[in-house]
Amino acid sequence: MNDVAPLSLYVPEPEFRPGDEPDFSGVKIPQAGSVRRPEIDVDPEEIHDLAYSIIRVMNREGEAVGPWAGYLDDDEALKGLRDMMTVRAYDARMLTAQRQGKTSFYMLSLGEEAIACAFQRALSPGDMNFPTYRQQGLLITAGYPILDMMNQVYSNSKDPVAGRQLPVMYTSKKHGFFTISGNLATQFVQAVGWAMASAIRGDTKIAAGWIGDGSTAESDFHAALVFASTYRAPVVLNIVNNQWAISTYQGIARGRAATFAARGLGFGLPSLRVDGNDYLAVYAVAKWAVERARRGHGPTLIEYVTYRVGPHSTSDDPSAYRPQKESDAWPLGDPVERLKNYLIRKGVWSEERHAQAKAQIESEIAQLQKEAEKNGTLHSGPKPPPRRMFEDVYKEMPLHLVRQRQEAGV
Amino acid sequence: MARMTMIEAIRSAMDVCMERDERVVVYGEDVGYFGGVFRCTQGLQKKYGKHRCFDSPINESGIVGTAIGMAVYGLRPCVEIQFADYMYPAYDQLTQEAARIRYRSNNDFTVPMTVRMPTGGGIFGGQTHSQSPEALFAHVCGLKTVIPSNPYDAKGLLIAAIEDDDPVIFLEPKRLYNGPFDGHYDQPVTPWKKHPLGEVPDGHYVEPLGKAAIRREGEDVTVLAYGTMVHVAEAAAKETGVDAEIIDLRTIVPLDFEAIEASVRKTGRCVIVHEATRTCGFGAELMAVVQEGCFYHLEAPVIRVTGWDTPYPHAHEWTYFPGPARVGAALKKVMEG
Repeated sequence: MNDVAPLSLYVPEPEFRPGDEPDFSGVKIPQAGSVRRPEIDVDPEEIHDLAYSIIRVMNREGEAVGPWAGYLDDDEALKGLRDMMTVRAYDARMLTAQRQGKTSFYMLSLGEEAIACAFQRALSPGDMNFPTYRQQGLLITAGYPILDMMNQVYSNSKDPVAGRQLPVMYTSKKHGFFTISGNLATQFVQAVGWAMASAIRGDTKIAAGWIGDGSTAESDFHAALVFASTYRAPVVLNIVNNQWAISTYQGIARGRAATFAARGLGFGLPSLRVDGNDYLAVYAVAKWAVERARRGHGPTLIEYVTYRVGPHSTSDDPSAYRPQKESDAWPLGDPVERLKNYLIRKGVWSEERHAQAKAQIESEIAQLQKEAEKNGTLHSGPKPPPRRMFEDVYKEMPLHLVRQRQEAGV
Repeated sequence: MARMTMIEAIRSAMDVCMERDERVVVYGEDVGYFGGVFRCTQGLQKKYGKHRCFDSPINESGIVGTAIGMAVYGLRPCVEIQFADYMYPAYDQLTQEAARIRYRSNNDFTVPMTVRMPTGGGIFGGQTHSQSPEALFAHVCGLKTVIPSNPYDAKGLLIAAIEDDDPVIFLEPKRLYNGPFDGHYDQPVTPWKKHPLGEVPDGHYVEPLGKAAIRREGEDVTVLAYGTMVHVAEAAAKETGVDAEIIDLRTIVPLDFEAIEASVRKTGRCVIVHEATRTCGFGAELMAVVQEGCFYHLEAPVIRVTGWDTPYPHAHEWTYFPGPARVGAALKKVMEG
């Protein structure tokens, strides 16, 4: 009677697991310069193809080519290189500090530096980022003191958030960096609300939301897209597709069924996909989307294609779920190396100057680390006063908290 | 002074705040053109424009999440969740975000936001139009939770909530929208215009958050209640002749410890009444407060009269709802103890 075969559950698997030889030759990477650049007021309907391609500027020879080239001069590109090198040096130092037991936790952005660093350069003072925990490049590029970042990571006596937050959960209104939450995707829809507020008040500031590939599966991703589209909010919605959500490859969030950028199409959002390891391309696309938002043409969704080279966090060991050499096989290379080669080819940079700059940045970071440690580390030295634990739950401390603070004896 | 229903008082509060402060914006599902499914926002869009009062997509997390972003920007959003029963998709935004942004950012960012939600039963609303989720908010540090019981308080407390610099959950007992309800479902409801607390000033005034109100002074027993149950307790006191002191908490966080402790120390007895389910309901916290603060003054065990620990039923509304008969029985029982 039953002529139907039993159903079976499909569970996506990454192509490569530990021990496999990673091979990304099947990943389609368009040639640099091959994707068109529409006007910023383009009708989203006319650029559906851009959600399925990858905007790239730097070719294999290190030349900037195509319609998205020419948006950064050499001085700005050199600043970008320095920003990325600073982020990388900072990450390395904090990773070591965690391994030495000076703090409980750290998360690096190795391989993803171009995205946050270039995006920040496309913003104006007063704009607001709603970042995840992997956009430290926004803060560093915006000129936030690295000493304060370290104080936060160490939860020491000078910690700007008074020892209340896990390391890397920075905040700085002044630098356009919204307080980071451990709860994923929540900030994506908050960014839309901030942008709506700017529009309600007739302001000219714009917001930028940030999310990872894995977190696009969260409900707030959907909420952000529908609200952004409904109210044409001046917001840039950034998806950083680094292929991995802890141990889960992006296929579990259905990244291969369609691109993450393509998710914007059903909401009527212009949706672009960009080489996340190409500083020049990230900058050009960010500038396009920021201008579009600022001039009242509405939101943009951008997917940055990159690769999470480091562990998810200091509590993670990627060799348990992916090949150790997978990042080397990743076809979009290293963002720092690529921008360096571009600048060397232009004759404004050299291997020697690069080595010198690297040593100098690393020495500056090491010096700052010494200063930060004078303010204490998680397990030794001065700490934020314990009474601060009871403050700022509310603007004014209610009676029950006054009583509890007295009970705690602080 | 004007005679207002609770709906009109709530609308008037938003009108006053929108008039006084351009940063106040109002939105939610069906809140704009239509004026809300309970008419609480009627006329606001016409008066203040679509950028101040507007309809939202059906997404509670989106409503609260965007309101948080707006509050962070510097606006004072007053948003609506159509029924408190539907706040759950927004619970992440309320508890992990709104409640903690001031704390986690060390005052760098703040969330002066009000979230209005019709709450409570007694209207044949069944499982998803009758819930009283206040305990789920009271347990969250960083949120304030307000529940008015009459038009005068509703307006004054809502203005206070909108002007407050912390996130406020404003629960509106929808059974009280058109008139005070004392649980006598078989008798006609008197409209607010015949009740002294239906007299509401037209302009700006504030009822402070964190302050309870004594609805009936008494010597025998303290009744702690809020929302619809204030009126049920008044009826039960009248019908039993027990000289109960009825305290309308109005705000459950921050709680008015002084008012509660002073009253129970005076009467030596306490009955706690709420519509919400019993286990881990807010009554459990009130019981702990009374036990800790008034133990040596107590002459009988504290009694709770609450909804049963079941989902809110449709057909058995009046077996579930803690009406005057159940509250009255508790008053008599506590007097025997």
